[in-house]
Amino acid sequence: MRIVVAEDLALLREGLIKILQANAFDVVAAVDNGPSLIQALTTHRPDVAIVDVRLPPTFTDEGLRAAIHARKQLPGLPIVVLSQYVEQLYARELISDRAGAVGYLLKDRVMAVGQFVDTVRQVAAGNTIMDPDVVAALLTHRSADPQLLALTPREHEVLSLMAQGRSNAAIAAQMFVSEKAVSKHSYKIFTKLGLEPSENDNRRILAVLAYLEG
Amino acid sequence: MGLLGWSLVLLLGAALGFGLATLWITSVALVALGVTIPLTLLATVLVRWFADLHRQWAADRLGEPVARPYAPAPEGRWPMRFWAVLRDPATWRDWAWLVVNSVTGWFTYGLSLLLFLCGIFYLIYPLLYELTPPQVLRTPLGNGFRLRSVQQSFALVPLGPVLLALWYTTAVRLANLNALLIRSLLGPTEQARLRARVQQLATSRAETVDTQAGELRRIERDLHDGAQARLVSLGMSLGLAEQMLHDDPQAVQRMLAEAREATTDALAELRDLVRGIHPPVLADRGLDGALRALALVNPTPTTVVTRLPGRLPAPVEAAAYFAVTEALSNAIKHAGARSIHIEVEFTPHPGGSAGILTMRVSDDGHGGADVDAGTGLRGIARRLAAFDGNLTVDSPPGGPTEIRMSLPCASS
Repeated sequence: MRIVVAEDLALLREGLIKILQANAFDVVAAVDNGPSLIQALTTHRPDVAIVDVRLPPTFTDEGLRAAIHARKQLPGLPIVVLSQYVEQLYARELISDRAGAVGYLLKDRVMAVGQFVDTVRQVAAGNTIMDPDVVAALLTHRSADPQLLALTPREHEVLSLMAQGRSNAAIAAQMFVSEKAVSKHSYKIFTKLGLEPSENDNRRILAVLAYLEG
Repeated sequence: MGLLGWSLVLLLGAALGFGLATLWITSVALVALGVTIPLTLLATVLVRWFADLHRQWAADRLGEPVARPYAPAPEGRWPMRFWAVLRDPATWRDWAWLVVNSVTGWFTYGLSLLLFLCGIFYLIYPLLYELTPPQVLRTPLGNGFRLRSVQQSFALVPLGPVLLALWYTTAVRLANLNALLIRSLLGPTEQARLRARVQQLATSRAETVDTQAGELRRIERDLHDGAQARLVSLGMSLGLAEQMLHDDPQAVQRMLAEAREATTDALAELRDLVRGIHPPVLADRGLDGALRALALVNPTPTTVVTRLPGRLPAPVEAAAYFAVTEALSNAIKHAGARSIHIEVEFTPHPGGSAGILTMRVSDDGHGGADVDAGTGLRGIARRLAAFDGNLTVDSPPGGPTEIRMSLPCASS
């Protein structure tokens, strides 16, 4: 799988490349600023890109803007955005084109290497993955919503994992239940929230995120 | 027309003022007898109230406030207070103004009033001629000019519009002239103004230095007890894992997983700390983006309206952001609000990029917020004072609450 990495701190860039190469990714370009990122994306057209939010020359959200800009030229280009902090505002901007193939994660998550590599593959396959912190913030934001209060703690947990973009299989594994139980929970959640049930993981997460943003 | 009414009121005031001036100076002069200290203090209160009315009037005319120049009154016995009043130059300038005003009032308000009344008088002269007995109003311009019929009296009517036009063109100028006089005598002198400013700057600087030092101490402690300690423990675990690698690989695997958890915790702590120092989203997106990001994750429905021309200077952005955050958390914690509205607006001064940043945080909670009650609002006021900004709270019991904050600044 061909991959472009954008990270300005050499230490972290090398670390990322090592992890990716150890997991059989082909890092075709590694850049350290916004303009070169856009150039690398358009020339290499990778299967997926991993982008740090804060990049030179402005040292603001250059990486995020470059990613959104690149996806306008190459619609649906899979991008995983990494950051030292996550903002609901940025998550919303990233998924606003509803094209999927977006991941938005804290840099900490790279440390769980297996899960991180899985996330990159999922995004490359067109899915949307959100950091648990983003989802937690959204759930706090809607904590007074009567429909959310009507969910059982179990359903709440399933909803939170769905909002992170996990598949039924992954949710089942994490919660130590059967996949069938998860799909039963998810059916009930969608009914309680008044959403159209969907078996497609990407459509499902977008629907749930849209609901939570309310 | 409003000016005309004011002219009458102020003219009467000028006469009344002279009475006050006499009363005051007499009571001061009689202090030797010992009995009139209370009377002087009472007269002073009256004079100051009277001067305040005029300050307000002048401020409305000039479109800018006329500050009260009085030195703060000391607590204590009457002789002390009496002495403080006598030593305050503003007291004597008040008195001088009363005397001056009782004279100049006639030339300004009086003249204005006279022009108007004479204008009307000549305008309706024929009517008055008709209504009055034969001996009255027959020689309007002296004995050499005797009116013999009502037709002749119409010759005086053109004087009416002329005088009214004169009144109309001079009324505003005369009133402004008076307002200027009031400002120069009742407002603070340049020296008093500077003294007050120096006092205010010294206080706000001392508070800023204290706040800064406190913040740095807090950050130091957080780093020392938090992230730093976690890194030390992480290093210890890794050292131990290294040692055990040959003997117990399974235990090492467990230790490495724990070490990873510890790293995540340390990062979360650092993230919170960074947010408290300078939120990254504020650096990325400025005040507008940062406030929107804040509203997005707020459990209480919050709307944000901003009218900003561009990015503001970084220190102003940070001060404004933390002020709004504090006001917001106040509303969430204490007001029991169901919805919150944040409004931020930059108003440029005419002809320049400098201006005033106004922030309003309003909620529909139960009100009763008070600057002096808690540390939250007081803290905001202190932070804003460092920028010459201020904070006002409008929060009647039962709500709603509006916290208004302003910061002078330049925009880029």
